[in-house]
Amino acid sequence: MKQPVRIANAQGFWGDRPNAAANLLRLDPKIDFITLDYLAEVSLSIMAIQKEKDKSTGYAKDFVDVVRSLIPFWKKGSKVKIITNAGGMNPSACTEQCLQVLRKEGMTKLKIGVLAGDDVLSILKKSLKNKLYKNLETGKSLSTISDSLVTANAYFGGEQISELLSAGADIIITGRTADPSITVGPAVYHFGWNWNDYDKLAGATVAGHLIECGSQVTGGISTHWLSLSKKNDFGFPIAEIYEDGSFVITKPKNTSGEVSERTVKEQLVYEIGDPSKYISPDVNVSFLNLKVTDEKNNRVKVSGAIGTAPPSTLKVSAIYKDGWKCEATLGIFGDRAEEKGKAVAELIFKRVSNAGFKLSRTNIECIGAGGIVPHLFESPKDLRECMLRVAAADQKKESLEYFSKEIAPLVTSGPQGVTGYTSGRPKVKPIYSYWPCLIERQLLSKEVSLHSV
Amino acid sequence: MSLQPLRKIAYGRSGDKGGSCNIGVIAFTENGYLFLHKTLTVKIVKLFFLKFPVTKVIRYELHNLLAFNFILEGILDGGGSRSLRIDSQGKALGQAFLEMKIEIPDELLKEAELFIK
Repeated sequence: MKQPVRIANAQGFWGDRPNAAANLLRLDPKIDFITLDYLAEVSLSIMAIQKEKDKSTGYAKDFVDVVRSLIPFWKKGSKVKIITNAGGMNPSACTEQCLQVLRKEGMTKLKIGVLAGDDVLSILKKSLKNKLYKNLETGKSLSTISDSLVTANAYFGGEQISELLSAGADIIITGRTADPSITVGPAVYHFGWNWNDYDKLAGATVAGHLIECGSQVTGGISTHWLSLSKKNDFGFPIAEIYEDGSFVITKPKNTSGEVSERTVKEQLVYEIGDPSKYISPDVNVSFLNLKVTDEKNNRVKVSGAIGTAPPSTLKVSAIYKDGWKCEATLGIFGDRAEEKGKAVAELIFKRVSNAGFKLSRTNIECIGAGGIVPHLFESPKDLRECMLRVAAADQKKESLEYFSKEIAPLVTSGPQGVTGYTSGRPKVKPIYSYWPCLIERQLLSKEVSLHSV
Repeated sequence: MSLQPLRKIAYGRSGDKGGSCNIGVIAFTENGYLFLHKTLTVKIVKLFFLKFPVTKVIRYELHNLLAFNFILEGILDGGGSRSLRIDSQGKALGQAFLEMKIEIPDELLKEAELFIK
């Protein structure tokens, strides 16, 4: 029987706590792998645009700092291995930066493995005339947005990650990879599972699903967050995966937050669809026989994942430019605050329209008067203040630029009590809409390489 | 029996999937789950979110976790970058749903209270 493998997560999204990886190792040196997830749906489009302007960018630069922060641990003999999708649209540039940092510190024994080839934009662009790559949500044909496609990336599974680990990689940098697969890869490498040991792969996939959002499974966003005793330093999660695919979710000792039946169950149902068919590139998972056992002391055991063969297709996350938007906020104070807020918003829209600009979509929210979840609850009586949020979108940038100029004048020409205009004109931002679709696996060429420092 | 918010007997969280949102709702107790199995129908959920652009509601049952997963298709107005709402990712919808008032038997309320302790 092999020892369990301990896989932690130190980054739930691009912008998560920068010192999480070093803190994990400081508090719990017996971690075998640290995974870091940087890519939400739109992240790759932001990176693609950065790369267009400067060929040496297009990846999550924060990751280079993470590598730097781990050097003292490797110097002291830590064997920890790192797996991340920080490569984004430019895994080779990300790798080059990391190699430079490691070289400077004389870390010549480390190796970086790179997985690329997830970029399928050219494949999609070539097949606009046939009926492939329909939007999974709307069923619309790709030809309706063909000119505005910005990025299209397929989600790789854990297979190449496990191969790179076998080849001796200490750090693995990928582009788009399915979130749970960065946990499945090292588990398969550790136990030597086969890629048709579906129940085991299913277990590791559920473990990956639970830790991929960082501290969301250790107390973050829990319904009972307010009653947790300390909130200063939520521990980042660790999955201790056993040879049979069952696992324990825990966190380092002396950290705040909580790993309990409640936090684990909440995260299990986070952003899932049909729980009998959680589809990853590695395995098709059923959650319907999962058993969650609270072993106390921030340890929760999860077993019973059932796996079947994954589909022949991979999911693609494509992004297209979909016009422009702008949003502005103003504080509204005084008697009949909500009424004043709405009147101010209508006035802004009226002025834009009178100036000859069209806004194809608009939205008014009076936050404090039920604006965050509109129509569900009655407005409080005698409301004396609210935050007005006005937003607009259109295909024409000029319309939004004009809209942006009509916010400030309300401070002097609107009702008394309009305040909070201190940060200048609101920015006009491009809209990147999401186009999920499927691609046959054999169309992809996986680019795998190993680099010595 | 009294009119109480759902959060008295259940907890949960919500998140986005493109333009759709899912809300996972978990009962504190087995009896709570059985009660919600009858009460939290697709029809009730549709009615609660009536003024949102929901095209379809799907309910999945996870008896093993005492949980339900509701998919609210289309509710996010395109979601992510496209939606003009402050809650473009549906992060607040789970909390809103837990505020939904339903007639709850007293013994279930007591049982849930004991569980929380």
